[in-house]
Formats: sequence, C-alpha cells, structure tokens
Amino acid sequence: MIALLDILLLSFLVVVVVAVTRTRDLFAAIVLTGIYSLLSASIFVVLDAVDVAFTEAAVGAGISTVIFLGALALTSRSEKVSSHPSWGALFTTLTTGAILVYGTLDMPHYGDPAAPIHHHVAPRYIQDSPTEVGVPNMVTSVLASYRGYDTLGETAVIFTAGISVLLLLRRPRQSAAKEEQQ
Amino acid sequence: MKERIVLRVFAKPLIPLILLFALYVQFHGDYGPGGGFQAGVIFGAALIFYALVFGLEKAQKVAPPTFLQSLTALGLLLYAGTGIASLVLGGNFLDYSVLADDAVHGQHLGILLIELGVGTTVASVIVLIFFSFAGQKQT
Repeated sequence: MIALLDILLLSFLVVVVVAVTRTRDLFAAIVLTGIYSLLSASIFVVLDAVDVAFTEAAVGAGISTVIFLGALALTSRSEKVSSHPSWGALFTTLTTGAILVYGTLDMPHYGDPAAPIHHHVAPRYIQDSPTEVGVPNMVTSVLASYRGYDTLGETAVIFTAGISVLLLLRRPRQSAAKEEQQ
Repeated sequence: MKERIVLRVFAKPLIPLILLFALYVQFHGDYGPGGGFQAGVIFGAALIFYALVFGLEKAQKVAPPTFLQSLTALGLLLYAGTGIASLVLGGNFLDYSVLADDAVHGQHLGILLIELGVGTTVASVIVLIFFSFAGQKQT
C-alpha cells in the first residue's frame, strides 16, 4: 500500500516538474511549484517525517508561493521565448543529475538497520533523551537541545536573509521623500 | 481586493484561528510535531493573509515594519541570550540543564525560550520580506 502511494506521489512529482519546465506562463509555473511542495510534504508524511512535512507545507506551498507571486506582480507574466535551444544548460543538468543518481547507488537502502546513520549518535538520542531532556517529541529535543548550535545558526541565517532583503528592496527614506516632492 | 466580500467575510473569523493554531504549534512543539520555525511561518502567513485581503496599509498598522525589524533582532538575541545565561550559570553555551534546579526542568525552560526566539525571528522576517515585496511600486 505504502509502495503504491510512493509510486503515485513520485510520478505526480515528475508530471509537475515536466509541466513547470514546459509552461511559459509564469503564474502557472508558480502555482505548480506550490503543488510540487505540497506533494513533497505528502512524501515526507509517508516517510514519517511529520516535522519536515509541516515545514515544507507551510514554507514551500504557502509562503514561497506568496512571495513568488509578489515578485511576479513586479515583472511580466510570461517567460521570454529564447531563439535558440540552450544545449549547454541541458548538458549541465543531465550531467549533474546523472552524477547525483550515481551517488545514490552507494547509499544504504532506506530503513536499513545497518546504515551508518543509525549507529552514530542516533542510539544515544533514542535511549537518553527521555531522561536527559524529558521532551516527548524527540525531534524537538535533538533540534533545540542536542543540536542547539545548529538551530542558532539557522536562526541567524533567517535573520540575515531578512536584513538582506530589507537592504536590497527598501528605498532610502530621503530619496523617496525627494521623489514625492518632485 | 477590497470589493471581494466573500473573501473578507471568510478571512475575519479565519485569521484569529490561524493565529491561535500558530501559538498551539509554538508551545506544543515539545509534545507533537511543530516548533518555533513552523509556528513562526504560520503566524507570518496569517498576517500576510490579512494584508492580502484587507490591504497593505491596514496590515502595516497592525504590524508596523519598524516594530517587526526590532523583533527580528530580538528573537535571535533571545536565543543567544539563553545560551549566554547558561554560560553565566556555570554550564556550557546552550546547555539548558543549569537554567533551573532540576536538569530536566532546565531543559524544558531552555527549549521553550529558544523556540520562542526562533518563532519571533521567523514570523517577523517572513512578514517583513512580504511587506518589502508588496510595497514596491510597479515600474
């Protein structure tokens, strides 16, 4: 049953990706990327990664769609048709894709108990986090306590992203006031 | 979108529910899926929804951009400050066990504080990014 669901969701993903690359209408492309995120979130739910699915659904399907639409309002609605086929881009994409697929051949199978990731720090988290941290959701205890440094860094990244967007997009007050006077 | 009466009628009762759900995700992250990041995104989404339906000006009255700018820094400072507080109390940086008498209680307090910091920063950054996109005039 799960395998059937996986196949269905993954083939939907492929269909959406093909549709995104085929369409010239940028509005349709943005909505399709939102659908892509929603499908990815469903796949994360099937993989029992509910926290990740939650984030993907909220950020990928929700916020980034709205921000893309905001950017679209500032530009034209359809993609420019290029006069010649871009073989270089196709070659780069296919090569990168082939290398990535080749890389996955060495990876342990999904859910393999002998995989290295299950023998590094994971056993300690599973055994000790109920007594050390005492938080029922183990994802939270790993993210916030054991890996607090990482989460601090991620928060700093989000802060930096916000400040950068403000610096780039906000017009200085003085020049805006001058334009209004003119 | 000021004349879309169906949207406005639906948005009014829906937005408080979304905000409440965001707070639930924020403070229930210890027990179920969710946490500061997801809660911040949902909280920001509610404000963006308000801006989309009722207009940017009204939304900026609810959440003034200057206030949001200080919130972005405040969230990160709350996170780092929790780490420094545990340093001062004799532990390692971000080792919450020393924050309370009992190690587990300290962990709970620390996680609550840092998740609050993450949520504050994420929510205000997302709304700020949306404001700065939506505030641009089409050239």
